[in-house]
Amino acid sequence: MKESPDSADKKRPAVLPLFLLLAGAGLLLAGLLSGQAQDVLMKAVRVCLECIGVG
Amino acid sequence: MSGEKRRGWIQFSALLIQNANFRGFFSGKIFQGDTKAVCVPGINCYSCPGAVGACPVGSLQTFLASRPVKFPYYVLGLLILFGTILGRAVCGFLCPFGFIQELIHKIPLPKKKIGSFPGDRALRKLKYAILLVMVILLPLAMDYTPTFCKYICPAGTLEGGIPLVLFGSSKLNFPAGTLFYTKLAVLILLFVLSLFLFRPFCKYLCPLGAFYGLFNRVSLYRMRPEPEKCTHCGACSAVCPMQVDPSATPNHTECIRCGRCTSACPAGALHLGFSRRAGAAEVQDGER
Repeated sequence: MKESPDSADKKRPAVLPLFLLLAGAGLLLAGLLSGQAQDVLMKAVRVCLECIGVG
Repeated sequence: MSGEKRRGWIQFSALLIQNANFRGFFSGKIFQGDTKAVCVPGINCYSCPGAVGACPVGSLQTFLASRPVKFPYYVLGLLILFGTILGRAVCGFLCPFGFIQELIHKIPLPKKKIGSFPGDRALRKLKYAILLVMVILLPLAMDYTPTFCKYICPAGTLEGGIPLVLFGSSKLNFPAGTLFYTKLAVLILLFVLSLFLFRPFCKYLCPLGAFYGLFNRVSLYRMRPEPEKCTHCGACSAVCPMQVDPSATPNHTECIRCGRCTSACPAGALHLGFSRRAGAAEVQDGER
């Protein structure tokens, strides 16, 4: 094997997935607190004319 | 049950769960319940009469194309979480449109299916350009226009356009114009290509696959090979439908975690999973 998976895993900073999980959760929380889930709902319950190719 | 069959059942279940509003297909009306506030992990048009969740790509463009522009905290947060936990396993297990292309690819042909071809590698980069230009930059520049959905998305045509435009109730019977037929041509072309190529939309066009691919190297669900077991027989790369060499780049951006390589490896050197020690545990079990 050209790249040892173990060495690839070792090269991968262990904190990166944790950082990404925290960043994702933080963004999600910020979105929820600013009412963006409601914005998504409002968009998703109406037929999106652009999405179906007539808008 | 083989890994490939199990994956097929998971894909089928994911398709059904994400499109569980079966009544919508008969009434021609889309679902309007609260679950539509949640983005599903894969490409699944929220204008599909069956859809019970929101499409993340459509939702992302909605925020970027709104005026004033809203930073898409919610959608981006969900996408980063999906990417960090699963990477492109979302493509391999949960994306309904990817599953449909795979079903078409299973149709037997008199000629051999195509793996790689000249220009294949360069074409794979197109999806990153689509992510940047059609999903991010153009919606930012054009008011209220989700450009990827409007001009490209074949899932929207298949799941929303065809049911609503062609078979919808009179209330939802929209006039189909040039744009609709152009998108229909894109869909048909992709389906014809799917007969010969494995998941052409995912390989060359899907902006969500491009995004999740960036997470493959760090995602929790990942390939964990054991190099000391590898005999360099090439069995893994020979069966890979995405033309990845798992022995060299086990967490390549193109890997959708289908698991064919793990089944094909005669030495049991490839393992897919969440656990860092999954591979080691299997070795010890085998030696006992």
